[in-house]
Amino acid sequence: MKIFKFVLSLILAIGIFYALNTKFGQIPPLGKFLSPNQGVWQNEITEGEEKAYEINGLSAPVQIHYDDHLIPHIFAQNNTDLYRAQGYVTAQNRLWQLEFQTHASAGRLSEIVGNAALEYDRGQRRKGMVYGAERALENMKKDSEMLGYLEAYRDGINSYIESLSPANYPVEYKLLDYKPEPWTMKKTALLLMYMTDMLAGRDSDLEFTNFVNKYGKERFDFLFPDFFDVNDPIIPKERDWSSWEVSVPEVPASEYMLDSIQKVMEKPHPDNGSNNWAVGPEKSYSGNPILANDPHLQLNLPSIWYVMQLATPEKNTFGATLPGALGIVIGFNNHISWGVTNATRDVKDWFKVKFKDENKDEYWHDDQWKSTTKRVEEIGIRGEATYYDTVVYTHHGPVSYDDTFKGNEEKMGYAMQWTGHLGGNNQRTLIELNAAKNYDEYKEALVHFLAPAQNFIFSSREGDIALWIQGRFPNKWEGQGKFLLDGSNPEHDWQGWIPQEHNAHIKNPERGFVSSANQHPVDESYPYYVFNDGYEMYRNRVINNFFRSKNKFTIQDFKDLHSNNYNLKAAELLPHMLEVMPKEELSKEELAYLEEAGKWNFYNEIDSKGASIWEAWWTRLNRMVWDEVRDSQEAIDAPFVYQTIYLLKNYPDDPFMDIASTPEVETANDLFLASFKEAVKDLNTWKSGLGDYQWGDVKATYAGHLLQALPAFSRFNIPIGGNSGIVNATSKNHGASWRMIVEMSDPPKAFGVYPGGQSGNPGSKFYDDLVDIWAAGEYLELNFMQSAEDQTGVSFTQTLNPKQ
Amino acid sequence: MKKLSNFILTIILGVILSLFLPWWAVMLAAFLSGAIVRLRNVAAFFVPFGAIALLWIVNAWMLSSANDYTLASKIAVLLPLEGNVVLLILVTGVIGGLAAGIAGLFGNQCRAIMAKED
Repeated sequence: MKIFKFVLSLILAIGIFYALNTKFGQIPPLGKFLSPNQGVWQNEITEGEEKAYEINGLSAPVQIHYDDHLIPHIFAQNNTDLYRAQGYVTAQNRLWQLEFQTHASAGRLSEIVGNAALEYDRGQRRKGMVYGAERALENMKKDSEMLGYLEAYRDGINSYIESLSPANYPVEYKLLDYKPEPWTMKKTALLLMYMTDMLAGRDSDLEFTNFVNKYGKERFDFLFPDFFDVNDPIIPKERDWSSWEVSVPEVPASEYMLDSIQKVMEKPHPDNGSNNWAVGPEKSYSGNPILANDPHLQLNLPSIWYVMQLATPEKNTFGATLPGALGIVIGFNNHISWGVTNATRDVKDWFKVKFKDENKDEYWHDDQWKSTTKRVEEIGIRGEATYYDTVVYTHHGPVSYDDTFKGNEEKMGYAMQWTGHLGGNNQRTLIELNAAKNYDEYKEALVHFLAPAQNFIFSSREGDIALWIQGRFPNKWEGQGKFLLDGSNPEHDWQGWIPQEHNAHIKNPERGFVSSANQHPVDESYPYYVFNDGYEMYRNRVINNFFRSKNKFTIQDFKDLHSNNYNLKAAELLPHMLEVMPKEELSKEELAYLEEAGKWNFYNEIDSKGASIWEAWWTRLNRMVWDEVRDSQEAIDAPFVYQTIYLLKNYPDDPFMDIASTPEVETANDLFLASFKEAVKDLNTWKSGLGDYQWGDVKATYAGHLLQALPAFSRFNIPIGGNSGIVNATSKNHGASWRMIVEMSDPPKAFGVYPGGQSGNPGSKFYDDLVDIWAAGEYLELNFMQSAEDQTGVSFTQTLNPKQ
Repeated sequence: MKKLSNFILTIILGVILSLFLPWWAVMLAAFLSGAIVRLRNVAAFFVPFGAIALLWIVNAWMLSSANDYTLASKIAVLLPLEGNVVLLILVTGVIGGLAAGIAGLFGNQCRAIMAKED
């Protein structure tokens, strides 16, 4: 009996230990997770401790003053110490995010979450994300100065990781039951690739090819024009390019490829975009240039941005950093300020490749069989055997799609050529910008930046403003890369590059301001081929019209413009719709909504009801116009919004207006009526769910935690207006991820805010403390300390000392 | 009397061992005090259960109240306990108590096996 009891209690003890120490599905190991000495209770902490740490490799002590929103102001004696400290401090505040984003970039999420992420991971590998990162790292390693900084940054992060015990791991590690691994320089390259993919990973070549196959080239050219009937480009039309000696490749005589695949990988979100603008001395209230930037990205917690001041005796820089990359990405120093928006150029093309046989060892190019190379991608899967994926490479790049991945035929593949694989030295551009003192140094710094192409806006204390569209762009023949290209035809290969000095740019334009909002970079007079890959058509015109509207601008004007909710798209279509609506066919309830819409002032304010009516109506209408495209089983894109509205107003009888599923032939006016009736149903649903239908409630903006918006760690129903296509581009889960305004006074006066918080710990009060400030359109006055001795606004100080 | 001794010993061992061992320090504490101070019947489970539940509840409450329950209120959504922090603290106590109770039982049985051979 005693033996039996003993054995039984032993089994029970082992059983309970196993049960509480193991993760089951989504449930964390509860014993570990809830124990006060090791679990989440240890993360129940808000930063604020005055402390000194000893870390390896420092040459002198580093002082870190934290202000009352946990922005670190780092003062080091030299660059190497500075980047080591940046790594340490970033890890201290954002460790889990730092690692998770590079895992996402590298296609390693299956290691953490299991085979649910396998398809995603394969996609990342097949896009050549790791391949591109490796090439970037090779390049950066050749630059011995950069290599030293990368190593210091890496070692700084690792000093922090080594100081941790499991009890101090960020809460996400405890939830998913894994632990941080050492940082490597490759991870910095992977983070840069993550940004490159987010901003320059979108293309529509295969969708456009499918469109042409289905509806013909003539319809395509009409619906997807290279230039719309109006154009307010980034580089003002007055810019004269005639002094350049330019050569553009001849258009080859060959045919377009008229077949394509049905399914493609998920694309980066189309709402990834940005605004920036700057006024020169003559348009500024004070005579100092003023510059602003707001990159629009997915709204996440922890935020993609981490704000820092980085100072040495030689330089002093403030702004937003990307955890994982060195230096400030968008910011200012005592001499210059700069910001970026996405250039949205077509830098990714697809080539149809014919293999000799199913082994894919050789492919046909230039009338001969050429050898492929292969990369075996090892994808670790939690709780399962490793998955091996062989990715074939041609001289173009990775064959992303083949018979093992979304492809259809054994001997066919689709190879990607992408500037993201070039392996630039973006890190050098950032480091040089951080220290740049004038226009020439800014211009020099940009040269190293290859992808993702950005509109780099600039202003200086000296009074210059400028904008360079910087990246490496293939010099294409007209039409090249709009559709699927022939991978066997050498004339379809990229023929060379647009010389860097011929990248479109402008310095001190006559109009007194520079700006960009992802619109067309140039007008027809630019001598190189640039096609319309989905340029923005609304924010840019609102911004430029604002700066043309008066002579002097203040910081308050800049703030107002950031929060400007004017909906130009609605203003260009809604009056027309109201005019042609057959009111006699509306019910009393519908008429009431229509009347409300008529009273609307075209501003998507939080409390606006008209905005909700417009958005419901437009969404339904757009879907009805392109029902043929949206219901299609294959990968195909609906034409651009601007052209859709152009069509609705000028070609109401276009065949696309017909709703395919009805026997009648509809026109635009029929669609206005039908979509309005559908919209009223949506509005009634919102009304019954929310009590009312004010735009802010309907839109319900949220900032989701990086783990698929885990509700416990996310913020929902953030009260803010705007929408995509509006200067305040805040849609449901996208928007201004960092707002910055800098006046180049002495010292510069700067304001900034982002929808998140400086701490990555959901247990910290600094996890999301900036969200409400941001939503209200308010800013932090950035405390640009001029020396480490300056104690104004310091909340607490930490010191990093060299380890003896 | 024995119950009280076991209770106090479990807590003391639990506090000390938790300083340098992972979460299962409390299992070891209950096991040791179960082997040192023998208890009869259900007490062998419930005394260490109560001791560690109390230890974890007090400890969790102290850590969390110092930070205005910022994280606890989120974890109580995650688990899901409808955001109820008190419930989360109680669940924490029950989890710790369960582990300790069973470990105590096992300690008790170990002692019993030894005793037979004496």
